[in-house]
Amino acid sequence: MPYYFHPFVLPFVLGTIFLFGICIWKYVRWFKQFDRLQRAVIRKNIISWKFIGAIWESFREGILHIRISRKNLILGYMHRSIAFGWFLLIVVGFIESHLTPTVDGSHPFWMAIFYRYFFPSHTDFPGSFVLTTIMDCLLIYVLSGILLAVIKKIYSRALGMKKATKHVVFDRFAKTALWCIFPFRLLSEALSANIYHNGGFFTQFVGDLFPLDFALTFEMTSWTLYSIALGTFFVALPFSRYMHIFTEIVLIFFREWGVRDKHERTGYTMYELSACSRCGMCIDNCPLNKELDINNVQSVYFLRDLRYKKNRPEISDNCLMCARCASDCPVNIDLMAIRQQERNKYEQDTVGNYHYLDNVQPFNAIGRIGYFGGCMSHLTPTISESMKAIFEAAGQRYWFMDEDRSICCGRPLLQQGYNNQAADLRRKVTELIKKSKITMLVTSCPICYQTFKKDYKLNIPVIHHTEYINKLIQAGRIKVRMDDLRTVYHDPCELGRGCGIYKEPRQVLQATTHLVKAKQEGENSLCCGINLGDTLIDIDQQKKIRDAAVDNLMYKHPDMIATACPMCKKAFVHSTTLPVKDIAEIVRENLISK
Amino acid sequence: MINFGYSISTTRVVNLDNCDFDKLHQLEALVPSFKRCMNCGACTATCSAQQFTSFNIRKIKSLYQQAQYDKLSKELEKCMLCGKCTLVCPRGLNLRPIIMNMRKILNTK
Repeated sequence: MPYYFHPFVLPFVLGTIFLFGICIWKYVRWFKQFDRLQRAVIRKNIISWKFIGAIWESFREGILHIRISRKNLILGYMHRSIAFGWFLLIVVGFIESHLTPTVDGSHPFWMAIFYRYFFPSHTDFPGSFVLTTIMDCLLIYVLSGILLAVIKKIYSRALGMKKATKHVVFDRFAKTALWCIFPFRLLSEALSANIYHNGGFFTQFVGDLFPLDFALTFEMTSWTLYSIALGTFFVALPFSRYMHIFTEIVLIFFREWGVRDKHERTGYTMYELSACSRCGMCIDNCPLNKELDINNVQSVYFLRDLRYKKNRPEISDNCLMCARCASDCPVNIDLMAIRQQERNKYEQDTVGNYHYLDNVQPFNAIGRIGYFGGCMSHLTPTISESMKAIFEAAGQRYWFMDEDRSICCGRPLLQQGYNNQAADLRRKVTELIKKSKITMLVTSCPICYQTFKKDYKLNIPVIHHTEYINKLIQAGRIKVRMDDLRTVYHDPCELGRGCGIYKEPRQVLQATTHLVKAKQEGENSLCCGINLGDTLIDIDQQKKIRDAAVDNLMYKHPDMIATACPMCKKAFVHSTTLPVKDIAEIVRENLISK
Repeated sequence: MINFGYSISTTRVVNLDNCDFDKLHQLEALVPSFKRCMNCGACTATCSAQQFTSFNIRKIKSLYQQAQYDKLSKELEKCMLCGKCTLVCPRGLNLRPIIMNMRKILNTK
């Protein structure tokens, strides 16, 4: 029996061994489910600067929670105080226990946790007073976080969250264990301090509040409860939402090494599911929650149901795929990709449905650029007419790929989980593009743009028409005048959050009109509602979301609404008396003919 | 029989009393807006697939309503799910889910 041992440490020790055993077992199992390409990319990047980047990122996000602080300062403080405070408690406690001279020279790992119990007399080594003071400060720091967590539980609005996550019973159990740990630690150290006078400024102060009799009677009980709270939390951790503590760090490494989600579920998705802390940041801004009061489909609940194998199509299908939650997610989980994976239609996803497209003949377009309007542009023909005028004004020879008949890009199918059918369409469109020998592809529809960029392998530049027009203006190939309208720009989800194009449309608009701000824009812009992502909400519900998006644009009372997506345009025209125009139309109207 | 170069066309009368409307009710429960359709055909006119082949979503809808399910499954596979029909529908039918659910219902035995 080691000298520094007492049976009360057993819950903690066993809990810790169990925790790491289960974690390693789970991680190995998930890693085995990685596909060949994902492993190859890890092998390629494992020893590189990305490794350093991953360490830095996991410190920033796993411990300091910088991203969550940017969204909400108090919430960030709450997470940071618990994570960073606990982390430092472990580090400083480890240092403290290893600096302390021991009787038999051993330093078992539980010694740091139950330090004040095992060293009742004031230990004297250089710096011991400083370390004791630091440990007390850290304990206050963590306890302040726990206090905020309790306040959030009672009244989440105090911490800036309209709706907090509704947790399952098991999560609440784990949370209770977590909340018990630090108060019990304080109590135990305080009672020991009362008896042996070995506390720091805070524990000694708290300890002196108790009578000596009480301390003598309950000291042992308190240490035991502290150990049991730790042990319980550790046993519950791998099966509760607290699995994110370790998984987020592993996930950050994989992501930095370049692993990404596939169209089918892989081991990487399993890491993502467990990396979700169910913080609920995705709830408040979800349009379905905000406008329609549907509050069981948000990413937090979707990932939870998926992790516990309880997912239903009603949950995974009820999502606009506007990616607003993904931009709010502090863990940066690829929520849209996971949603798409779960919509997989398997047996209905038949191949070879589109033989009728075999008759479409390729066009010889050597020396031209390609223009792909997309299906939706056929419903808003002014956009493609404007693009034609702009191409002509710039003296650009072009080939309008889908002028008469449009082949779908495949993204609507992909989004609904018909992976094979989408691949069929992609093959056909790729063949047409490759045979036409165009040098660049300009597209008007952000939906097509996203899939051309991410899912196609075209080997030619693919740009959205806003980027193209911006280039033309900057190169001086077209000249535009300023009009005197005040215009607000609506960021389409697929273009903004989907492809990260925020700057170019604004530059074009600043050259042609007076750009005013919307209430929420850029990454935080709202979905227009009339989109292809959700198949469960009906037209009246879609209209509610649309009206909220229009309200958001009316913030500075503009004279005109500009957008860069035919669908958003189509959505807004019916809901406002203001003119709704695509950027291409605005540029065409303001063209100065040479 | 004398060959006139044409013949009497086969009857297209459907005896609704002998039809099994289970699948129709199933669909109506999943997508209630299905009932709103007034057969205007705007969906068919705008359809992307229709520009290449004889795909007629209005006809499919009518056949489905009359419980004439044969061949529908194969026909529905031609849809590219681009969603133009949903956007032009004057009655606000949610056409993409209608097509997706038809595929699903017709494929499950």
